[in-house]
Amino acid sequence: MLKKFNRLLGACVCLLMLSGSLASAYDYPFADPYVATILGTPKEYAYDLPKEVPLKYDTIKMFPDRKVPGILWNLDELRYSYLKQKGPAPLIFLIAGTGASFQSAKMQVMQKAFYQAGFNVVSISSPTHPNFIVAASTSGVPGHLKDDSSDLYQVMQSIWEKLQKKMEVTEFFLTGYSLGASESAFIAKLDEADKVFNFRKVLLINPPVSLYNSVNVLDKMLVDNIPGGLDNFNAFYRQLIKNLTDVYVNGDQVEFDDQFLYQAYKYRKPKSDDNLAALIGVSFRISSQNMVFASDVLTKAGYVVPKGVDLRRHDRPTEYLKVLGRLSFVDYFKGLFLPYYQAQNPNLTEADLVTMTSLKFIDDYIRTSPKFGLITNEDDLILLPGEIDYLRDLFGSRAQIFPRGGHCGNMDYPDNVTAMVDFFQASKN
Amino acid sequence: MTTDKNKMLRLILLALTMLAVLFASGCSTTPKQTVDLGPPLYTLDEVAGGSTVYPIDVYDPIEGFNRRAYTFNYYFDKFLFLPIVNTYEFIMPDYAEDRVSSFVDNVYEFNNFTNNLLQLKFKQTGITLARFVVNTTVGVVGLWDPATHWGMERQTEDFGQTLGHYGVGPGPYIVLPIFGPSSLRDTTGLVTDAVAFTHLGPPAWIDDDTTTLVFTGVAAVDKRHRQSFRYYRSGSPFEYDMVRMLYKAKREMEIAK
Repeated sequence: MLKKFNRLLGACVCLLMLSGSLASAYDYPFADPYVATILGTPKEYAYDLPKEVPLKYDTIKMFPDRKVPGILWNLDELRYSYLKQKGPAPLIFLIAGTGASFQSAKMQVMQKAFYQAGFNVVSISSPTHPNFIVAASTSGVPGHLKDDSSDLYQVMQSIWEKLQKKMEVTEFFLTGYSLGASESAFIAKLDEADKVFNFRKVLLINPPVSLYNSVNVLDKMLVDNIPGGLDNFNAFYRQLIKNLTDVYVNGDQVEFDDQFLYQAYKYRKPKSDDNLAALIGVSFRISSQNMVFASDVLTKAGYVVPKGVDLRRHDRPTEYLKVLGRLSFVDYFKGLFLPYYQAQNPNLTEADLVTMTSLKFIDDYIRTSPKFGLITNEDDLILLPGEIDYLRDLFGSRAQIFPRGGHCGNMDYPDNVTAMVDFFQASKN
Repeated sequence: MTTDKNKMLRLILLALTMLAVLFASGCSTTPKQTVDLGPPLYTLDEVAGGSTVYPIDVYDPIEGFNRRAYTFNYYFDKFLFLPIVNTYEFIMPDYAEDRVSSFVDNVYEFNNFTNNLLQLKFKQTGITLARFVVNTTVGVVGLWDPATHWGMERQTEDFGQTLGHYGVGPGPYIVLPIFGPSSLRDTTGLVTDAVAFTHLGPPAWIDDDTTTLVFTGVAAVDKRHRQSFRYYRSGSPFEYDMVRMLYKAKREMEIAK
């Protein structure tokens, strides 16, 4: 009898140990950071978030007197969304990544996760999104972390002014992913002086160390991986459509939905990372085109649109789109960004501006302030060699670095959602 | 009832006026040049080879009209269509919405049937017929879709795809007011499908104008409810160009299937 019991006990202990080791392993499904960055987390592996939340949309006009060129007519008011809890709760501001709006897929994951955990949530587009440039950027020339963050800070205050009658807020938190993470750090620093929100905690998710370095990485992914160079982009595009058609025609029950790329991946696993890198590059280039065009038209910089041309609502911008398709972020930096800032301050050098796009610019503050936390990945594609070590050193015990996930690919993986929510939950009153 | 009717009429009138104003504002798409301050920093000639082909270029001879129709659709959505859809979503529980969707899909199996048959896809035609029978009976007049659970997937085909299947190219790109992105081929398909559906399909079987009218209204709201696309939501100044390029690719893929 006792022997039997012992055996049972032994089995139980074994099971417990096994489950323990399973729980501690990180099982995000994609080991390849390119695959992770593109596919994110397929539904079957993702954290089970509510399908719908009572999201409210609103707009705000930051510069009532700004004359917006016709072709940007639908961007003159800044759109944002918020989620309101019934009783008193903390309010968390979310800042989107490069080129993304307040309603990007990643923002939706964050909104739902925080709302479910009992937070009020306000979601704001990236200062690199055309809507933000036109409606809320003081300079109209995005990429300057300090200035963009100052614009964000103003936007947050204006939104709060509108919302404070509707919400019972106990304290304020702040987070963002990718470029939105870097901006969160800069906003936190501004808030130390102005003390409008007194952010209790600030979480950086997959931030670049240096914006300048990271966008160079992304630009290279496009330029280096289109066979025959960008003049042959059409051939690359046709091949892509052909491959996707193959999947659609021959794959099992494939539909055009958010799982389409995952279906395609399962049907035909890519042999190398070249095409995947090119795809990430394309996606980034499209964001850049939108951003630079909005900036060029708004500030009449004469970058790709001739200075004397007045683009009206229904004019055709296609030729400019083609030109911008060939220009990198460095081109923008040198041809539009730098001239704008040098016109303000002739002593400013290119190197000065590059330095200002880096977290290193506020290294002392981040290093010593206990309010910060970091969630990122060992294999984040936008980091240069050594930059992950810098982040590890900068954040020390405040960093949570996952072994896989690429750039933001694992944001809706259960471990990541839990880590993100727990960071704020732990300090909630 | 009469006031409702008047309100409806007024809204329709408003929509038509808006459309007229939009189109009256001229159809030129050439940018206006105020003063000449020389060329921009970068031009296409400098940055690209002369013979480069761009996927963003889609045959669009009536682009001036199309861009205005695109904007019209935005306003139509904003002031008329989406408020109706939102009200519908507010009133109906999700479960009931899904039943309506199944019902609408089942009625439109008629077009899938005819177009699969016209493309001589006999297996798909058979599946469509079987789906219709199963869903209409076991699925209680199509409110449920047991056929899909039994491995009979929906075989969507429209007359635009049938034309494409027999080698008809898309022709000029067209943005249809209310219906959205299309092409000459697909517009022809849309009209043909609608005519066939009305004269040979379920409305002809039922032969009751009120029922048909109510169904058409419900189907329109249900389809918009299922379509997550929102005009100008991307915030991209190039949204029109992007949508045009993606529409072309999507149709190519649908025709290949």
